[in-house]
Amino acid sequence: MVTMNLVQAVNSGLKCAMADDKRVVVLGEDVGADGGVFRASDGLLRQFGKGRVMDTPLAESGIVGVSIGMAVAGLRPVPEIQFSGFLSMAFAQLVNHAARIRMRSRGAFTCPLVIRTPYGGGIRALEHHSESMEAVFSHVPGIKVVIPSSPYDAKGLLMSAIKDDNPVVFMEPSRLYRAVKEDVPENSYTVPIGKAKVVKEGSAVTVISWGSMLQQAKLALSHTDVDCELIDLRTLKPLDTDTIIVSVKKTGRCVIVQEAPRTGGFASEIIAVINDKALLSLKAPVSRVAGFDTGFPLYKLEDHYLPSIERIVAAIEATVNY
Amino acid sequence: MVEKVLKSFGVKYLQVLDENSKPDARLMPKLSPKQLVELYSTMVLCRRFDEKALILQRQGRLGTYASFLGQEAAQIGTAYALAREDWTFPTYRDSALLIAHSMPMVSLLQYFGGDERGSIPPKGVNNFPISIPVGTQGLHAVGAAMAATIQGKKFATVACLGDGASSEGDMNEAFNFAGVFKAPVIFLCQNNQYAISVPVKQQTAAETIAQKAIAFGFEGVRVDGNDVLAVYSAASAALKKARSGGGPTLIECFTYRISNHTTSDDASRYRPDSEVKEWQKKDPVIRLRKFLVAKKLWNDKKEAQLLAGVDKQVSDAVTKYESIPAPQVEDVFKYTYSEMPQSLKEQLDDYRRLMEGK
Ligand SMILES: Cc1ncc(C[n+]2csc(CCOP(=O)(O)OP(=O)(O)O)c2C)c(N)n1
Repeated sequence: MVTMNLVQAVNSGLKCAMADDKRVVVLGEDVGADGGVFRASDGLLRQFGKGRVMDTPLAESGIVGVSIGMAVAGLRPVPEIQFSGFLSMAFAQLVNHAARIRMRSRGAFTCPLVIRTPYGGGIRALEHHSESMEAVFSHVPGIKVVIPSSPYDAKGLLMSAIKDDNPVVFMEPSRLYRAVKEDVPENSYTVPIGKAKVVKEGSAVTVISWGSMLQQAKLALSHTDVDCELIDLRTLKPLDTDTIIVSVKKTGRCVIVQEAPRTGGFASEIIAVINDKALLSLKAPVSRVAGFDTGFPLYKLEDHYLPSIERIVAAIEATVNY
Repeated sequence: MVEKVLKSFGVKYLQVLDENSKPDARLMPKLSPKQLVELYSTMVLCRRFDEKALILQRQGRLGTYASFLGQEAAQIGTAYALAREDWTFPTYRDSALLIAHSMPMVSLLQYFGGDERGSIPPKGVNNFPISIPVGTQGLHAVGAAMAATIQGKKFATVACLGDGASSEGDMNEAFNFAGVFKAPVIFLCQNNQYAISVPVKQQTAAETIAQKAIAFGFEGVRVDGNDVLAVYSAASAALKKARSGGGPTLIECFTYRISNHTTSDDASRYRPDSEVKEWQKKDPVIRLRKFLVAKKLWNDKKEAQLLAGVDKQVSDAVTKYESIPAPQVEDVFKYTYSEMPQSLKEQLDDYRRLMEGK
């Protein structure tokens, strides 16, 4: 075990996956000599060479497009999109091709690629560096969406994603890259995709979050006396509905915390699932704490936009006192 | 069977002042002594602005900032050729071009200080907001240029791009549209030889960016990007052509990014210091100054006066920037749609209630 922050854990996951499996290649903007702008691929070029670690031209559609070609032809590409705000440049490749190739060829062609991309606000970044588009990707059939919130999970989930036979969008909360540290095994291990985690057990209300907001929700819990059960989704697609439903049936109340805009966010999907499977257990309407339905503002206003501890606590208390 | 060469091409290179500031008289653009001094003064102003912005960032008074150090000639030479009504479509690197095209320095500080209001140009100035997504705004520049043609207006547009941006699909679509529609646009490519850490040799297998224009059916030239007179000449010619219906031009300014990519970058990880030192010797500001001194248009006394003047302008801008009241969160709601939808009103009300209850 070594103490690692989240970005070091990602780095360690990439190193282990590349050492374990020759088919794994890493490509993207600045991933080689620079080691990635967040240093997620630091040292990979030295260890594995140019054939497996490629600095590419500046072209996201190109990066994802060639990754699809590599994947169908037998490699396990792990492209990095420098910021998730620029993954939209590759949207057509992802949605029209990566997501559909298995179905349209009845499995003759598959696309085992993992798109790693930092996401989310709170780092005083330039425009388009702070978006949370997980709901958009979760909407696309054929793609898995994984979002870790801790170093241990980041490495284990990344290693699972690389072994997975489907295209995975792996979203890394950039504001947590260096914010949390914990013990992480240096060797290979996996954390299963599609399994949520009960971070803390409680009886009064279920609080559900993922990625960057998980830590914020955790902080909020220490600002209230309400006995909350905290769930980290870890995978948005496929969603672990069992863990959600068991918890909501127990507490009868639920607050969902997402950084993304409110309308059509992933919280809406969770509410629909609860509606389907646990409606009669509810003692209060399910509450959402979310970003606003506006563009993500430049940094002087980002603290207003990001769901604050006060907003989360207010939602928890309103839900229990309903 | 026939085998023959259908097309062959060459790429023109333009330099007016050589590295020792010796001019080529035949290529000298028609600029009066007063204009030459004005051009130089703008370069010095912009450089001092850039230095100040880097200091402010280090002190936590400005957010992430992209220095244009070493690229003043490319940006200001182009801006100086523009008419006031011409449109620019800049990147984060183009603060000097913006300042030289009537954008107040305080606006740029505001933008990099995390406040959208820094993108509002003065009335009658057509600077599109800085594009952070690389290579995307070239299409907007082409569309705006097409709009000029359709509406019978005389303005031309400038699309800014880096060597890295030339790889984006959008950028290549912009080249193609511009060629097909003969749009009155100039593509100002500042080839500063790096896209963050990636050297231009890994960006493209083509020897020049200029030659890419040829494939799209219009003219591309490479100029010495550290020679402001060459840039000005090329831009003036391209604008004249654009205004008379001759279509687009790609101007590749071959230059060098002296600073880190942005204040979040550490360039020593991927390029040798010796390379930076070599390019510092080609400093575009010094190049023009030496020429002016040789022409007896400039001396130490004038330099001292100029520096005092521009430093005051820069520090006034900083004072003004720091005295602007913080932006209001209401603005973000107000400007998302032409009319605020009910759902947004509710979100704003909820938020206000929470803030007031605190
Ligand atoms: C579409 C997109 N992809 C990636 C980035 C991240 N990024 C910002 S600047 C940059 C390099 C740009 O290089 P170049 O076009 O040569 O311009 P320069 O920064 O050198 O002026 C990259 C990769 C971005 N801003 N937009």
